[in-house]
Amino acid sequence: MLIKKKADLTYSDVTPKALYMGRRNFLLGLLATSGAVAAYKNLPGLVSAAGTAGSVPVKLNGLVEGPYSKDTVNEKVTPAQDVTHYNNYYEFGTDKSDPSKNANGFVTTPWSVSVEGEVKKPRTFTMDEILKLAPLEERIYRHRCVEAWSIVVPWVGYSFSALAKLVEPTPSAKYVAFTSYFEKKQMPLWRDAGIQLPYVEGLRIDEAMNPLTLLCTGMYGETLPNQDGAPVRMILPWKYGFKSAKSIVKIRFVKDQPPTTWNIESPTEYGFYSNVNPSVDHPRWSQAKEHRLGGGFFDRPIPTLMFNGYGDQVASLYSGMDLRKYY
Amino acid sequence: MIKAVLTSKWTKVVVFALCLVPLAILIWRGFHNELGANHIEFITHATGDWTLRFLILTLAITPLRKILHQPLLIRFRRMLGLFAFFYVCLHFATWIGLDKFFDWSEMWKDVQKRRFITVGFAGFILLIPLAITSTAGWIRRLGGKRWALLHRAIYLTAILGVIHYYWLVKSDVTKPLQYAWMVGILLAWRVGDWLYGRWNRTAPRAVRRETPTSAETA
Repeated sequence: MLIKKKADLTYSDVTPKALYMGRRNFLLGLLATSGAVAAYKNLPGLVSAAGTAGSVPVKLNGLVEGPYSKDTVNEKVTPAQDVTHYNNYYEFGTDKSDPSKNANGFVTTPWSVSVEGEVKKPRTFTMDEILKLAPLEERIYRHRCVEAWSIVVPWVGYSFSALAKLVEPTPSAKYVAFTSYFEKKQMPLWRDAGIQLPYVEGLRIDEAMNPLTLLCTGMYGETLPNQDGAPVRMILPWKYGFKSAKSIVKIRFVKDQPPTTWNIESPTEYGFYSNVNPSVDHPRWSQAKEHRLGGGFFDRPIPTLMFNGYGDQVASLYSGMDLRKYY
Repeated sequence: MIKAVLTSKWTKVVVFALCLVPLAILIWRGFHNELGANHIEFITHATGDWTLRFLILTLAITPLRKILHQPLLIRFRRMLGLFAFFYVCLHFATWIGLDKFFDWSEMWKDVQKRRFITVGFAGFILLIPLAITSTAGWIRRLGGKRWALLHRAIYLTAILGVIHYYWLVKSDVTKPLQYAWMVGILLAWRVGDWLYGRWNRTAPRAVRRETPTSAETA
């Protein structure tokens, strides 16, 4: 399935969804009575940009095509409804249905990301700057959770290296550490999470600079919904989902391997690398197969691929490493 | 009045129907596409939850009978226990059928390798003889004492069920701990009741309490 470019639409860049949905419904009703439904798409936008405050995803226009924009994974994109209502975001509750209910009020404006550490030009980026730092690209990636389910998502963003190059990491930058937003007041269920917060993640510098590594600001042609990590997150398609930190506020280039949340919680179950690997089981369940969400009731589990099928791009990062030891 | 309600055969019919409500909701959700993105997980969790709830309800009957002085509550214990078995069968069938797609060798590997599955599976197996011998005929055949002894296996199943859940969750143990508390209280009550009864029997001048048959106290 091909997600079409949205650049030809006439709606303003950042029309809040609630507004355009409301307008569309209103217009549909209006037009239906006059029997001119077919014309509604050509009407010019009646509501102009109204800022990005609030929790409703807004349309991202002018997305460019890249090597992953087309259906290169040759698989069906998972329905957005499933991807946005089945989330692991423990700050907003540990049930899969919790984040979509509890994250609505999460305030993501204003937002800034501090990029610091072993870099020549440390800098704080506003969300606006992040959105304009490089052309936004649609990338359809498989996303495999450590819990043995998977989705196929058209993310929006650009390679993390585009941002990294701007701050000029020094030769002593061997790792990158990511910190997610954490505020008890906005995340009242934090106590039940059972994990140390704020959520921290990390990558080796060469992993971070790999072109596949996505600094993600949207999905399905819109900005990220809160429950999926608004306003900016990482996407590492060859690693288990929890490596892709959500709602990032700090990116730190460091000398030593940084601590990572799930590794702190249970070091025998979640390693620093956490590459998708069907031959290394989670101690409590097999990783050989996965359930693709959004399928039919009696769909069989499908075999999980080494590096989630991205071996051509990333296997060389780990040549000579014992992936059983560095799980 | 309470006695009339508890002895009425209609009460049993109503309780039976109520016990089927969780399944009815699950089926309704299935037909209305409301099982969430991961329907297998949804069904597995729902049937697992209801297994634990019915185990707890079953275990609550004896304490409630004594505390509320309503011995007639015993009429519902077998039904509740069998519904615990019914829901665990659905739970197991979901795992085997939808999750593992009848890959028996993989299933058997999981039972041996994954400790949360090992204990869950053991709890399930333990319930099978209890379900089979739940009839009046089997109580007679085994004799009340032996039957009661056998059916104490439900204590173990409840404990294994809670451990199964506790070991499954990744970090948030709130819900498994709630079940653990309930099972713990119900089992602790039995220990207390047994000690109290023993003390009553052995204390020289204490008035002997009427001891119910062991089949009822299990």
